[in-house]
Amino acid sequence: MNQPADALFQYLLRLGDDSLILGQRLTEWCGHAPTIEVDLSLSNLALDLIGQATLLLDYAGEVEDKGRDADRLAFHRDAEQFTNCLLVEQPNGDFAQTMARQFFFSCYSELMFAELETSADPRLAEIAAKAVKEVRYHADLAADWVIRLGDGTDESRRRMIEGLDWFWRFVDEMFAMDAAENALVQRGVAVDRAAIREAFDQRIAATLAQAGLEVQASGWPLSGGREGRHGEELSRLLAEMQVLPRAHPEAVW
Amino acid sequence: MYTTELDKNAARQTPPLSMENPDLLAAFEARVANDEFIEPKDWMPEAYRRTLTRQISQHAHSEIVGMLPEGNWLTRAPSLKRKAILLAKVQDEGGHGLYLYCAAETLGTSREEMIDALHSGRAKYSTIFNYPTLNWADIGAIGWLVDGAAIMNQVPLQRTSYGPYARAMIRICKEESFHQRQGYDLLLQMMKGTDAQKAMVQDAMNRWWWPSLMMFGPPDDNSPNSAQSIRWRIKRETNDELRQKFVDATVPQAELLGITVPDPDLKWNEARGHYDFGEINWDEFYAAVRGEGPVAKERMKARRAAWDEGAWVREAADAYEAKQAARRTSAAA
Repeated sequence: MNQPADALFQYLLRLGDDSLILGQRLTEWCGHAPTIEVDLSLSNLALDLIGQATLLLDYAGEVEDKGRDADRLAFHRDAEQFTNCLLVEQPNGDFAQTMARQFFFSCYSELMFAELETSADPRLAEIAAKAVKEVRYHADLAADWVIRLGDGTDESRRRMIEGLDWFWRFVDEMFAMDAAENALVQRGVAVDRAAIREAFDQRIAATLAQAGLEVQASGWPLSGGREGRHGEELSRLLAEMQVLPRAHPEAVW
Repeated sequence: MYTTELDKNAARQTPPLSMENPDLLAAFEARVANDEFIEPKDWMPEAYRRTLTRQISQHAHSEIVGMLPEGNWLTRAPSLKRKAILLAKVQDEGGHGLYLYCAAETLGTSREEMIDALHSGRAKYSTIFNYPTLNWADIGAIGWLVDGAAIMNQVPLQRTSYGPYARAMIRICKEESFHQRQGYDLLLQMMKGTDAQKAMVQDAMNRWWWPSLMMFGPPDDNSPNSAQSIRWRIKRETNDELRQKFVDATVPQAELLGITVPDPDLKWNEARGHYDFGEINWDEFYAAVRGEGPVAKERMKARRAAWDEGAWVREAADAYEAKQAARRTSAAA
């Protein structure tokens, strides 16, 4: 693979893996949410994310040109080959923790896809145009819950603070750039993540202010997901997700 | 589905028709006999109200509990397409539960009361969901057999006498038909595959066939409330009629798949124009109705846990709404 194609492949994997892993996490809620309405809305988010993952990973496979499609990439890679950010692989925890994760990720993702709508890569621009509408809704829904729980009861406020506290250390990683992505930015294909950080911070601050909650600085930001260095939970998530295709590699489902 | 009367004490809980105003009752019976819809604000006998509340809420509970056996395989769906299809399907079941609870609420019982009845064990739900999902083909078998049986049962209910229930059924039937085709498609795909996949499909059939037949409820000679329910258009065909229809429709589909129906007595009866089939294990059925199905305890534990662990979220949403309302009031003042 030539260098620009490899960079694009890696970039699409990062975007696709983020959607896939978060979608997988959200499916764990199905049938177990606090109300039927919440159950349905979490399924909606998961469906959107799995749809995005399918489009992004299929395209990644085409760019790579080694005969891998979205399923091959989703079900036949090991944890160290996944390049999702650490935030999305975090366990669901309680509903507040799930919503804190969603809030951070969807606010970031909305800004990313909004920029990618004008990517010089037309296929990526097309995927982004579809995805941005979905994640805009996700961000609104998550922000509503952050406010509702932050400004609800004493217990919900305590849980919402704890939920947010779990994730501050993973926020910076979503905005980190490397040489390959910088090269893609030069070509007008990728988003300069650093350039959308300010808008992200403003959105977070505004929502938390409405919820009566405070923004916390991340003392020691964690990273490594983009290079395949993950937390303890990801391989377990993958073991469950990949069990059938790994056990029956010849099978078509 | 899930509309068969499962509560043996139902008759005792229901006030006799002789206590009703005879003129109102006669007018009501005439409307129903004339296939008119009864709407929430119309007069209805208490027995009709209670029977319907029980039936619709039982149906709603079945949809919600039914999310669990399928949800069990969501995180392990073997392709992204199958994962999305299954997720959308389970979401549909939740949607069905939601508007069935709404339909039942029009009869004067709140969703909270109905859910409380489920969690305390007073309310029943379909026995089928107390069986475990053990391999991926079970997801196809549930779509094909369980939703197939549900459709058999529900299509006639699109013309049931209670308006909100009939209208809910129209939408539900459309979605269930879609699910059934998807379930069958899943199994067809597996039957084109490896020996291991084919074995999974046969194994699923072996385990789901008889419980699917049980979904139609006890045999007619042991189904005491049927006559009145049929008169009231709450039920439009008997349990045994529907069960026979299901067997007749399903056996050729099993042949097309290339799997064996686990019933040595199954054979086509030329004279009757129907399949004859073996005796259902009614002891197993009644045990499942009593809440002794293989994973009944696990299902109820999961539902109660979801509800109890979500209590703080519901309380927070209520508290927030109350604060917002107070803010609006003070802003307006």
